[in-house]
Amino acid sequence: MRPTHAIRLGLRRGRLEFVQSIRSTQDQGFYLFTAFLAVGYLFLRRDTEVAGTDLLLPSVALPSILGAFVAFGVVIGPAYTLAMEKEDGTLLRHKAVPHGLAGYFTGQLVFQTLNLVPQMVTILVPSLLLFDNLMADPSGWVTVVWVLLLGILAAMPIGMVIGALVPSTQKVGTWGMLPVMVLAGISGIFYPLQQLWGWVQVVAQVFPMYWLGLGMRSAFLPDEAAALEIGGSWRTLETVAVLGTWAVVGAVLTPVVLRRMSRRSTGSQVQAAKEAAVQWVR
Amino acid sequence: MIEVRDLRMRYGDKDVLTGVDFAVHADEVVCLLGPNGAGKTTTIEILEGFRIRSAGEIDVLGQDPAHATEDWRARTGVVLQSWRDHPRWTPRRLLTQLGGYYVPYSTPERPRPHDIDLLLETVGLTGLADNKLTTLSGGQRRRLDVAIGIIGRPDLLFLDEPTAGFDPQARREFHQLVQRLAELEHTTILLTTHDLDEAEKLADRVLVLAGGRIVADDSPGSLASRVAGESEVRWSVDGQRRLQSTDDPTAFVRDLLRGPDGDLVKDLDIRRASLEDAYLSLVQQHEAGHTEAAARLFTEVTR
Repeated sequence: MRPTHAIRLGLRRGRLEFVQSIRSTQDQGFYLFTAFLAVGYLFLRRDTEVAGTDLLLPSVALPSILGAFVAFGVVIGPAYTLAMEKEDGTLLRHKAVPHGLAGYFTGQLVFQTLNLVPQMVTILVPSLLLFDNLMADPSGWVTVVWVLLLGILAAMPIGMVIGALVPSTQKVGTWGMLPVMVLAGISGIFYPLQQLWGWVQVVAQVFPMYWLGLGMRSAFLPDEAAALEIGGSWRTLETVAVLGTWAVVGAVLTPVVLRRMSRRSTGSQVQAAKEAAVQWVR
Repeated sequence: MIEVRDLRMRYGDKDVLTGVDFAVHADEVVCLLGPNGAGKTTTIEILEGFRIRSAGEIDVLGQDPAHATEDWRARTGVVLQSWRDHPRWTPRRLLTQLGGYYVPYSTPERPRPHDIDLLLETVGLTGLADNKLTTLSGGQRRRLDVAIGIIGRPDLLFLDEPTAGFDPQARREFHQLVQRLAELEHTTILLTTHDLDEAEKLADRVLVLAGGRIVADDSPGSLASRVAGESEVRWSVDGQRRLQSTDDPTAFVRDLLRGPDGDLVKDLDIRRASLEDAYLSLVQQHEAGHTEAAARLFTEVTR
């Protein structure tokens, strides 16, 4: 009857969580550290030329790195948060108030999306200051926006489903980190996808990560650079189709999984998790 | 407020509840007392709508908790045992956020949610209102749990083992808080505990849960006097120890001493069984695994 009210509260919750996060030195440290690694890598290889083009490495690698960070952030972020918050009672608290779950998941969506802002800014700003020719054509920024939005919608449900299904927070490493790292490794971020085996190429192109990177490259790089990609094209239509499919499937499936997870959440489950957490060796 | 008929719960092939019946009326404070593992948490979680029962009929505030609406949620409060949730939030921000969900359910007779400052004062957290939750002590956190449980001015409040892990001071303060709530807010309260002393202090009525069912349902006063009805008389004759349970130890001893062996009676001892004794032996039996025997024994003792 009044879920709109709860969604408004969820928006406020997401904003508040974000403000509290960027005020914490722990999270500031994380953003600065990851940005330092990314920009440091680009800086060390600032004079490396990319074979087959007249572009330097930072121009080619930056969009891929941004794509990887977005995919990583919106999968691992919600996976960890959900796994943790069903253990520590955050989820249960929201189950106990009217329409609380609608508010909670709205808050998650807002929070995890806003988290990308400091991540992007800490990498983009120093990169734009340090390197030339990053953005081939200013109209590319429009592409950046839609690729990001579609990419978030495509990848975040994966994170939420992982977070909902893992039996405990410690297992997010196995069921979340590991597959995402593997996908990052084969998604054409570190070396071109065409140089890998055929079946690896197929696997990579099933998941949103590759397409997020490709979309970002199409936004930043000049059209000639498309020659480096599979089929020598940016495959914009395919990008929209794959990311869009993931987004639609995610939008349909995630609420079902989340409802199932919330139904099973009880005080005893929280208590059991607490006891499990203090007992390291079993 | 609450009607439970023949509630059953089975996990795998283990029956935890084998037919629980009881009722809770408006404005009552009812304590569900029982040994650890007797099924108290299971029962209260079923009533909260957090757990699905195997069988039985339940009516809480006119609805079945398993299929209750969000409006029903607005009328019930649950005090959860928080652990490390919302570490970066402050009590004021968290209460404001969670209290917000009750705004559409406010009525002139029962404005919802509570005024945050008043509530913080009630639970004694005014001075800590703007500190991060990570800086609160265990007792302070639990008082915040209570504040969150009652932020929506519930008609019915559930508390599961609310004082587990409290020191005596925190415990006393908590008992006063619950009593204030019941009197001032006319909140009906159902709480679980394994501590008889706590049940006697807080409850208008005590339900003892053992062997998967309710084995006693009475006010703490009359439960105690019912137990006191059975006393044990011990004596020895010629070095042989004798024991007799009786309702009227005075009359029994008078007859005993006047009887044929009257002059030989030695080591006479009359023990009035207290509620505490009865409960302790229930807990002991339960922990030794004799749940059914424990329940039967307690039923006999308190008949």
